Amino acid sequence: MASQFIKKLELNKDKIFNLLLVISAFSLLILGVGIFLSLLNASSLALKKFGFSFFSGSEWNPVSEEFGALPFIYGTILTSLISLLISLPFSLAIIIVLGEYFKKGIFAEVLRYLTELIAGVPSVVLGFWGLFFLVPIMREIEIKLGVTPYGVGILTASIILAFMILPYSASIGKDAMRLVPNELKEAAFALGATRWEMIKKVMIPYARSGIIAGVILSLGRALGETMAVTMVIGNYHGIPENIFSPGNTIASIIANEFTEATGEVYLSSLMYLGLTLFLITTIVNLIGRLILKRLQH
Amino acid sequence: MKISMGQSLAKLILFFAFLFQFLSIPVFPQDKELLGAGATFPYVLYSKMFDAYYKQTNVKVNYQSIGSGGGIRQLKEKTVDFGASDAFLSDEQLREFDSPVLHIPTCLGAVVITYNLPGNPQLKLTPDVIADIFLGKIKKWNDPRITNLNPGINLPNLNITVVHRSDGSGTTFVFTDYLSKVSNEWAQKVGRGTSVAWPVGLGGKGNEGVTGLVKQIPGAVGYVELIYAKQNKLPQALVKNKSGKFINPELSSISAAGKAKIPDDTRISITDTDAEDGYPISSFTWILVYKEQNYKGRSLERAKQLVKLLWWIVHEGQAYTEPLDYAKLPGEVVKKAEKIIKSITYNGKPVYQEVGIK
Amino acid sequence: MRSYAFRIAKSKIISVILTLVTLISTIPFLLVLYFIVKNGISVINWEFITHLPTPVGEPGGGILNALVGTVILIFIALILSVPFGVLVGIFLAEKSGSKISFFVRMMSEILQGVPSIVVGIIAYLWVVKPMGHFSALSGGVALGIMMLPVIIKSTEEILKLIPVEIKEASLALGVPYYKTILRVMLPAGLSGILSGILAGTARIAGETAPLLFTAFGNPFLNFNILKPISAMPLLIFNYAISPYEDWWAKAWGASCILVFFVLTLNVITRLISSRK
Repeated sequence: MASQFIKKLELNKDKIFNLLLVISAFSLLILGVGIFLSLLNASSLALKKFGFSFFSGSEWNPVSEEFGALPFIYGTILTSLISLLISLPFSLAIIIVLGEYFKKGIFAEVLRYLTELIAGVPSVVLGFWGLFFLVPIMREIEIKLGVTPYGVGILTASIILAFMILPYSASIGKDAMRLVPNELKEAAFALGATRWEMIKKVMIPYARSGIIAGVILSLGRALGETMAVTMVIGNYHGIPENIFSPGNTIASIIANEFTEATGEVYLSSLMYLGLTLFLITTIVNLIGRLILKRLQH
Repeated sequence: MKISMGQSLAKLILFFAFLFQFLSIPVFPQDKELLGAGATFPYVLYSKMFDAYYKQTNVKVNYQSIGSGGGIRQLKEKTVDFGASDAFLSDEQLREFDSPVLHIPTCLGAVVITYNLPGNPQLKLTPDVIADIFLGKIKKWNDPRITNLNPGINLPNLNITVVHRSDGSGTTFVFTDYLSKVSNEWAQKVGRGTSVAWPVGLGGKGNEGVTGLVKQIPGAVGYVELIYAKQNKLPQALVKNKSGKFINPELSSISAAGKAKIPDDTRISITDTDAEDGYPISSFTWILVYKEQNYKGRSLERAKQLVKLLWWIVHEGQAYTEPLDYAKLPGEVVKKAEKIIKSITYNGKPVYQEVGIK
Repeated sequence: MRSYAFRIAKSKIISVILTLVTLISTIPFLLVLYFIVKNGISVINWEFITHLPTPVGEPGGGILNALVGTVILIFIALILSVPFGVLVGIFLAEKSGSKISFFVRMMSEILQGVPSIVVGIIAYLWVVKPMGHFSALSGGVALGIMMLPVIIKSTEEILKLIPVEIKEASLALGVPYYKTILRVMLPAGLSGILSGILAGTARIAGETAPLLFTAFGNPFLNFNILKPISAMPLLIFNYAISPYEDWWAKAWGASCILVFFVLTLNVITRLISSRK
């Protein structure tokens, strides 16, 4: 009798446990959907007032309550693309070096650590460093070029962003390279290819989707990066004239103005921006991960 | 190391014990902490005042200088005990609050024009020149309009880099209020506000951020509270006032500007002052509180602490103003402030009687 | 067709160039570290870590409020995200093929990509507004949301790596399902879960954006999670953009402590997962 009772209890515990698992899983779904809905709800005022013309409006004017997101979209796209461009050559070099030349051994490990650990440095610290190290240098360069020596600006922010996103594309790309089957590599050698030719014509094409996925994911990171960018981009409300001019990204304007948006439409417009950023980064990230998944099969 | 059901239970118990310990910190000390947010303009003063207040009364005042816009917003959201702003609320803004808001002036300060030029010369500037610099119409330091005002000074052929606030700022309000009064073009193109659509320039966060940028960029010009320029050894321009005199921003000229006719609710702009020796970009700064303190479950105790703090600020606290180059409240303003503080109620009953104020 | 010797030479030269470029790419990291240590190490002393800040413009004081604040925030985030995350990770590992796990996994990846500033907005809407004021709790919630995907992923991955035989042996011996998971599988996968926790902690310790409108900051020491609290990244941000040299020095010192904390966690995480 007692043993039957215990067995029943255990069974119930199993049921409870399973229920717990399912509840957690659903809670996660609710969390994600909740984020979207909350943002949507908070943006409703701005959505109603501006609709999609929000994205073509180039004036962000809290006094007249006319809010247009174009300058920040410009800033976001500019900084993300430039940072990708800057980091790409380095990323490719790291991918090849760690993916083929140095796969094992102390040197490889040290190199791996040195290229990947910068991802661990907090954004605010990088921004701080950028303010005191990179900005004065940029100022000197700008003086020599005859441009207004802001020091801060789109280019400075892009450079710091490049530092931050490099480890992501490098790490994923390197993993993709290491997945290239040895037989393929040996076949290339057997056909008389040099090491470089093997890399260029066999490894990279094979690992192509992994490399691309890494790049897309680092783009996703660049789009949403806030603190370092806020500290060195110059906080200018208009559309940047050139890469040396100051600007703003979607993330940086939210960071600067959120706690202080005095009007309801003002706050709602910032939420609208947050919703936009959420959607953009989600789509980019999902595309990247989709490509990665396909690579693994 | 095994994680058993028992151990997870233990974790759960620990968690609740922890939570309980936090929450069970007795209610009394909880109400001995006040939370304020807002203006960076008086932050140097408030920081000193609240530190002194803590040493004298053991009451902690946590003040975050997030800009006047932030102070107004957080008061509206009722996430703080008081907001601080150099921009007083307009009638329209007051209507956006669901319950009346009081303005208690705390001191007077000056918004100075500061800049980064070799040799830190002291420049003379007129209202129209200032407006045109910030409109982006005057682009170089050796522009004739500036050199004509400053014959003895060698102004370099350097680009002017305008620095303004990136956050919602009362300092911005005061400055743009002044500019709107002295420049028609400014009034039409930009207007006044805690956050405006600046035609040109970089944004810095807080008075601190603007000062930091001006300090580091050669040829930069910005507008900050006097103490920020002074503490960072940056020059301040002499500004021509309505009476035609070039005034240096300092205690005497700020106080002179403060001798205007102040309405009972103390909401007044004193920029472009009529006072002969007054500095034209001066301003009061206020602490904003709700008149009726029983909202969102606030306790009477909290309201009492707030009233005590406000009373202290307009009396004993004034001793800290002048050493930091803020001007004391003029006598009649203190009287008006007292009246306003006395009108703070809890459930309709005036709070000041409960804290021993006559 | 180029001569073989030429092609070999080209291959070797390229390998040298690429290695050089890779070495160059490590320079920013080394520069940052160098700068931080050079400026920060001299600031760190006993007063620095045991005192509270002094009023603006006055020298002296320390960052105790920020140190304690960061610890408390991490603690709250851990409590909120570890049990939740581990459970979801178990779910994903156990019910791997089902339709629901596809969506759950996707949701976890979406969460991982959410910009930290958006997480801050959410915590403001979900915790600060209903509570009526800023608090350490809201900051902890924001950080917890950010840590969740890391925990979920590492739990799922490590559990999947455990040989099926172990689970089947346990069940065959009559151990109930829930006990099999909790007392057999989880301990076996402890290294992975632990490395996930460490990685997640390293990530959130340095996060600033989510705290801007939740934790809010506090110049005093605070152990009450229902009140605003200071944190290292917040302090670094506020001090860095100020014009006071004394504050800059303190920010360097705080950056030094923060970076070494985070880097140590990162290194430990890698060591654990490479031993797997």
